Amino acid sequence: MNYLTFHSAIIWHVNLSQTVLGVRFENPTVLASGIMGVTAGSWKRAARCGAGAVTTKSIWLREHKGHPNPVIISTPHWTLNAVGVPDAGYEKAREEIGEFLKDKPVPLIVNIIAETVENYSKTAEVLLPLKPDFLEVNISCPNIEHEFGKPFACSASDAAAVTQAVKGVCKGTPVFIKLSPNADSIGRIAAACAAAGADGFTAINTAGPGMAIDLRSRMPILANRVGGLSGPAIKPISVRCIAEVYEATGGKLPIIGTGGVCTGEDAIELMLAGASLIGIGTAVGDRGMDVFQKVCDEMQAWCASEGVKDVKELVGGMHHAVARVESGKKS
Amino acid sequence: MSIPLQSRLPRTYRIKHVKQETEMVRTFTFDGSLGAKPGQFAMVWLPGADEVPMSVACDDGATTRITFFAAGGMTNELAKLRVGDLAGLRGPFGTHYEWERGQHIVLVAGGYGAAPMYFVAKETAMHDCTLDVIVGARSNDHLLYVEELESLPHVSLHLATDDGSAGHKGFGTDILEKLLSSCHRPAAARPIDATSAPRISTRSDNGKCSPIDQIFGCGPEMMLKRISEMCAKYEVTAQLSMERYMKCGYGLCGNCVMDPLGIRICKEGPVVSNEVLLQLTEFGKYYRDDLGKKHSFDAIRKQR
Repeated sequence: MNYLTFHSAIIWHVNLSQTVLGVRFENPTVLASGIMGVTAGSWKRAARCGAGAVTTKSIWLREHKGHPNPVIISTPHWTLNAVGVPDAGYEKAREEIGEFLKDKPVPLIVNIIAETVENYSKTAEVLLPLKPDFLEVNISCPNIEHEFGKPFACSASDAAAVTQAVKGVCKGTPVFIKLSPNADSIGRIAAACAAAGADGFTAINTAGPGMAIDLRSRMPILANRVGGLSGPAIKPISVRCIAEVYEATGGKLPIIGTGGVCTGEDAIELMLAGASLIGIGTAVGDRGMDVFQKVCDEMQAWCASEGVKDVKELVGGMHHAVARVESGKKS
Repeated sequence: MSIPLQSRLPRTYRIKHVKQETEMVRTFTFDGSLGAKPGQFAMVWLPGADEVPMSVACDDGATTRITFFAAGGMTNELAKLRVGDLAGLRGPFGTHYEWERGQHIVLVAGGYGAAPMYFVAKETAMHDCTLDVIVGARSNDHLLYVEELESLPHVSLHLATDDGSAGHKGFGTDILEKLLSSCHRPAAARPIDATSAPRISTRSDNGKCSPIDQIFGCGPEMMLKRISEMCAKYEVTAQLSMERYMKCGYGLCGNCVMDPLGIRICKEGPVVSNEVLLQLTEFGKYYRDDLGKKHSFDAIRKQR
């Protein structure tokens, strides 16, 4: 029986669980990196609020200062952030992760960042003994060894070099590369990372950068002047990027689709573009910590109304639909 | 989705009035209202410098007041502003103090915690509340909002200074302990058959004491910790205003979270019930800096 009879209404039982690279997720929602990511208690709370998995903030090898405030500003349509990836280094992260693992409620994705290829692999190496379910690599940091400090995420060769270095130290842990929408061709970067051994992708990091100006003082509001754009406004960009990554890798590698998801229908749209799991970040501010449960309930309701029994069948659905239409035209 | 009332983008307002409260403390009155309630905070932005959380000292629907201590960095720069200058406000954020009509409330303020407590005192006047307000500071020169509080007819004011230059020599919490012990009996001291009895106790000998319905606290964390312990002992409800390093102000970044519950002080705080605080093991033990690194209050005390 794939449906339950409740009073006179028929409620479809929709399977939201996913198994990705051997890891089981009770539902596809994932707390995105950088949101509520500082303490073990925050991750546990996200899990209590329905998150299928949690991601840590980006962890550096050593202590890393962020920018002065204001670092996060928003309207209902968009959020700009220039927090500057502050972090106390891997030792503090080990303490928090250790606390989370004591009674781990959901899978854990550990996000790392570095300014050199070598430090990416070193950071991965010191955190791997904690056995994260996935390692997510934030490659949006400027490469200090590059002549113009270009971010790793904007160069196929640099992104591939990071992937290869991290994969070199990760034995059984799947490595997800977090891609930037600011690359000339996100598909080309994804293909290069896939060739270098990436197990999956997170798409996308924030877009932009953007700027906001206070009218009276005529000053940029963010202390860093510019910041990454997130929130509902970037969803069309994330949908396009996920679709490109899916195509560039033949739909073979799992994608954590992130960017502008507020509702269950947003999540479904990202799945149709090719995402298996759905990162939620900015929406925590607008819909509350229980946004994960809300998104799951909305996905359930939509799937039930459309007769979808398992969310797996949605993954990459847009590509299948296009192929069907195209083949129909040919015949 | 509805547009939230609070502003998550700072907007600059002109300073309408500047009052020098003490050598290091100033009050700015801004020409504009955030619609803030007592206990809520705003992120105060000095363009080109920094943005810090500050309790709203008063919001009367037309103007907003903040009282701050020039404690270095951005606050020193902010203190240089004059009437007509611009500073940004973002908010109001977080929870506020809550009370019911006719309640007897004790407010305990330490240092510049007196500012939001004045806001509470002013608002509770409209709800027939009776207040005992305890204001503590290092010395007479550092006491804040004394005249304003004295002018409110429903307020009995108690002062405490470390050096005894005004009021009781010692902590404000010493006065609180006296008030509690004269009106209430500690839970452990009650006869067994009275444990389920209401928290009200008999009147004290002078007959003036009425049972305390609630205690509100705002000030240094070790003071709040002491209030929390006393309120647990006497089984009196308390709402205490917590301080943590804040960035976004609306529950997104997680920098101000208190563990193990993952409570966001900018969102589920700053005013937190003692019931919740008693479950937060980090309360009175440590806080986190802008990097998320822990600093113990013990170590800070020893350094001093």
